[in-house]
Amino acid sequence: MSSLMLEPSPEQIKKEKIYQEMGLSDEEFAMVEKTLGRTPNYTETGLFSVMWSEHCSYKNSKPVLKKFPTKGEHVLQGPGEGAGIVDIGDEQAVVFKIESHNHPSAIEPYQGAATGVGGIIRDVFSMGARPIALLNSLRFGELDASARVRYLFKEVVAGIAGYGNCIGIPTVGGEIQFDPCYEGNPLVNAMCVGLIDHKDIKKGQAHGVGNTVMYVGAKTGRDGIHGATFASEELTEASDEKRPAVQVGDPFMEKLLIEACLELIQSDALVGIQDMGAAGLTSSSAEMASKAGSGIEMNLDLVPQRETGMTAYEMMLSESQERMLIVVKKGREQEIVDLFSKYDLEAVAIGQVTEDKMLRLVHNGEVVANVPADALAEDAPVYHKPSREPQYFGEFQAMDNDIPAVDDYNETLVNLLKQPTIASKEWVYDQYDYMVRTNTVVAPGSDAAVVRIRGTEKALAMTTDCNSRYVFLDPETGGKIAVAEAARNIVASGGKPLAITDCLNFGNPEKPEVFWQFEKAAEGMSAACSVLNTPVIGGNVSLYNETNGTAVYPTPVVGMMGLVEHLNHITTQDFKAEGDLIYLVGETKDEFGGSELQKMTYGRIFGKAPELNLEKEEKVQKQVLTAIQRGLVASAHDLAEGGLGVALAESLMGSKTLGAKVKVSGNSTSALFSESQSRFLVSVKKEDRQQFESLVDASLIGEVTNNGSLLISSDQEDVINLQVEELRSAWKGAIPCLLK
Amino acid sequence: MKFAVIVFPGSNCDIDMYHAIKDELGEEVEYVWHDADSLEGFDGILLPGGFSYGDYLRSGAIARFSNVMKEVIKAAEAGKPVLGVCNGFQVLLESGLLPGAMRRNESLKFICRPTALKVQNNNTMFSSEYQEGEVITVPIAHGEGNYYCDEETLQQLKENNQIVFTYENNPNGSLENIAGIINENGNVLGMMPHPERAVDELLGGADGLKLFRSIVKQWREANVITNA
Repeated sequence: MSSLMLEPSPEQIKKEKIYQEMGLSDEEFAMVEKTLGRTPNYTETGLFSVMWSEHCSYKNSKPVLKKFPTKGEHVLQGPGEGAGIVDIGDEQAVVFKIESHNHPSAIEPYQGAATGVGGIIRDVFSMGARPIALLNSLRFGELDASARVRYLFKEVVAGIAGYGNCIGIPTVGGEIQFDPCYEGNPLVNAMCVGLIDHKDIKKGQAHGVGNTVMYVGAKTGRDGIHGATFASEELTEASDEKRPAVQVGDPFMEKLLIEACLELIQSDALVGIQDMGAAGLTSSSAEMASKAGSGIEMNLDLVPQRETGMTAYEMMLSESQERMLIVVKKGREQEIVDLFSKYDLEAVAIGQVTEDKMLRLVHNGEVVANVPADALAEDAPVYHKPSREPQYFGEFQAMDNDIPAVDDYNETLVNLLKQPTIASKEWVYDQYDYMVRTNTVVAPGSDAAVVRIRGTEKALAMTTDCNSRYVFLDPETGGKIAVAEAARNIVASGGKPLAITDCLNFGNPEKPEVFWQFEKAAEGMSAACSVLNTPVIGGNVSLYNETNGTAVYPTPVVGMMGLVEHLNHITTQDFKAEGDLIYLVGETKDEFGGSELQKMTYGRIFGKAPELNLEKEEKVQKQVLTAIQRGLVASAHDLAEGGLGVALAESLMGSKTLGAKVKVSGNSTSALFSESQSRFLVSVKKEDRQQFESLVDASLIGEVTNNGSLLISSDQEDVINLQVEELRSAWKGAIPCLLK
Repeated sequence: MKFAVIVFPGSNCDIDMYHAIKDELGEEVEYVWHDADSLEGFDGILLPGGFSYGDYLRSGAIARFSNVMKEVIKAAEAGKPVLGVCNGFQVLLESGLLPGAMRRNESLKFICRPTALKVQNNNTMFSSEYQEGEVITVPIAHGEGNYYCDEETLQQLKENNQIVFTYENNPNGSLENIAGIINENGNVLGMMPHPERAVDELLGGADGLKLFRSIVKQWREANVITNA
């Protein structure tokens, strides 16, 4: 039986506008016809629809992404390959990228999250790098909103744990924010970090006419067909029907694939390698051919298949996991087959590199598709979407800074620590193997994770960050803050910020207000990246994050990498010893727009986002990093959600005995809970006082004590007097309690 | 002393074990692939943690059929030290070198955290460098570490002093807080906590190092002729 019988003819596709169901617009279909000089058949229409989806082509986001600074002295590979690469000296480099798996996770949270992890790992080892760490950035609705939200949260965490733990790459850090806007559309962003020697860097390019195209890894099934298209639509009540578009992960298979591919990288038979990620065989073949200026011909009969009777369309659009496409020198195929068979993996020659720049597919002896590779990979239309400032923005900007009324500071601090966004995430990272490979020096829970580079005195500091509330209130300022805060996390850990990868999660770009948020946030991020000298080396755009017409907060997640030049520089947020002096670095203003206190008090956010002066930010960061590098800092912590009060409490959570005695001035509510930017909480040994003060513009606000209590007084009175144990139980118990 | 680190498809703590031996203990060590026919020339056998064959069936259930396991059993019968950590412990249980079985953690969740262990028996080749009753910190990282055995076996374990390590705060529901047991001959130890992750102060503690030192000390006393 020929399954082709079931497929509509080119005429039907055109007349009945079947291409629309695949996501192509009338204009795009006309462009395809013009490119080919004929009407495409069903398979070809599928190839174009998936490659021209937003997820693969960035057709709506390209004009905005172009504004990002992508070059820098350390950048070895910017956007465009599987992942970006940054030099860290000694002929070594770090490879990293973040990617979203939001829609799959909304429908099937365990597998959605698991395959998100699997996909980003492949992006990193396809560059030739050994994956050394995973991070993530997650957004959910409020945990007390519904059983569905709690289910999504638990299953996403379990999916990340299930994949990362099995494959043996430590999940070392991340962040989680809870807000009602994410209730129907959670965000699941996964980041992978790899280490590579310069000489091993590989690219996904199909060079050398006559060279052999080989398929390695798991067999192709019908899972995930049109996943990339699904990712480029809004979620609706009908989305549950798309469950078959979610793939199923096999971390064991991927573990074998990593080991085999890293062995392969050392072989001079290898020409190019690319992950079969979104749009599977289609994107990997078209992109590898296009980047090399070649063509590829593949015989789909040779593709290892998990199911019988698969059509060319299904094979090309399947997003089955744990597969790679490689190009090897002609005549060397058997070596590759032998190498993979050691790991019980298949490596099958399925085609060759051609001269004519066409992607040509043969199935059952017939040519079933013959289209220019460039047209698929490069020639997607680019749209300059209309942009309009939303009404709310003007209203928020016109508001005066509002200081929420606080009656009882003790109670307020305890309640802030119980807010799930602030509360301890131990319930989460307890499930992640964050230690495997025995290089994790700073485990989850501090500002940034720190992973040492074995055999050197260096380490990498890494973090993910975004406060989307600020971005919603003021996308440009919020975009700046996302980058600046990530850099502050790196600095507080003793690292020098090097570069970022970003995951831009926004709503439907066809809405001018959403597109405006997107543009402004990117502008803010670009400005911050320029001043802080952290270029964007790659990332991912996830649009259409809407449920039944309502968008999530604009959430441009920043994944930042920093270099810790010497292990001695590694610093954590925990206060270390009785008698150490406590300093506040930076200026505190009456800023509560988008703050945790505002949300807790009013149940909503409004007003202006905190101000950010990039020059001041850069100066403060330099000062603190210099002090850390000179050994003058005992602990350092970035001030973020919940302000100074929360930061002080967090700095005490690691000790059973220490306490702190602190004096603040001015309005106590602002002093304790304002979320003004560019601030650090630092503790310093008494003997280092003079040297520290000569380097850093900081106010001495108190001292670390040994009485296990947090005592804060203002000019007139004691405002906080609490046992650390009480703070700890509020902070640690909040999330487990909400899940019961 | 020369150690073998057995690598099954899906092992992922092999590299940690290797570096613990080479960098921190300063002894010889080699990786041995699961299809090896011989373990000749190795003085100690280490079965590392991970997810052998994905552990999709039952932890360790497939790995025990690996070619190399015949050799591991031979080495155990010959009295060589055999240490199985985490997944390695599960493989030892599945292969019958140690009694009992693992169930999923009581919480049904994977747990990764530093854990306090009590040294119950320091009269073994794996624990002689510890004090009896000493409390040490060693990390756990597992989803199926809830040790179980029948009444009779438990009685035997107790009578023969085969329970080497117990948890101070039972994290997974293990019977009698059992974290590690040894065979009757005293040369095969299985434990869920990862001593190879506790060999470097930089990473939070080095309490696991004494376990490896115990093995080396015992081996030296038995095999190295000294002039002293």
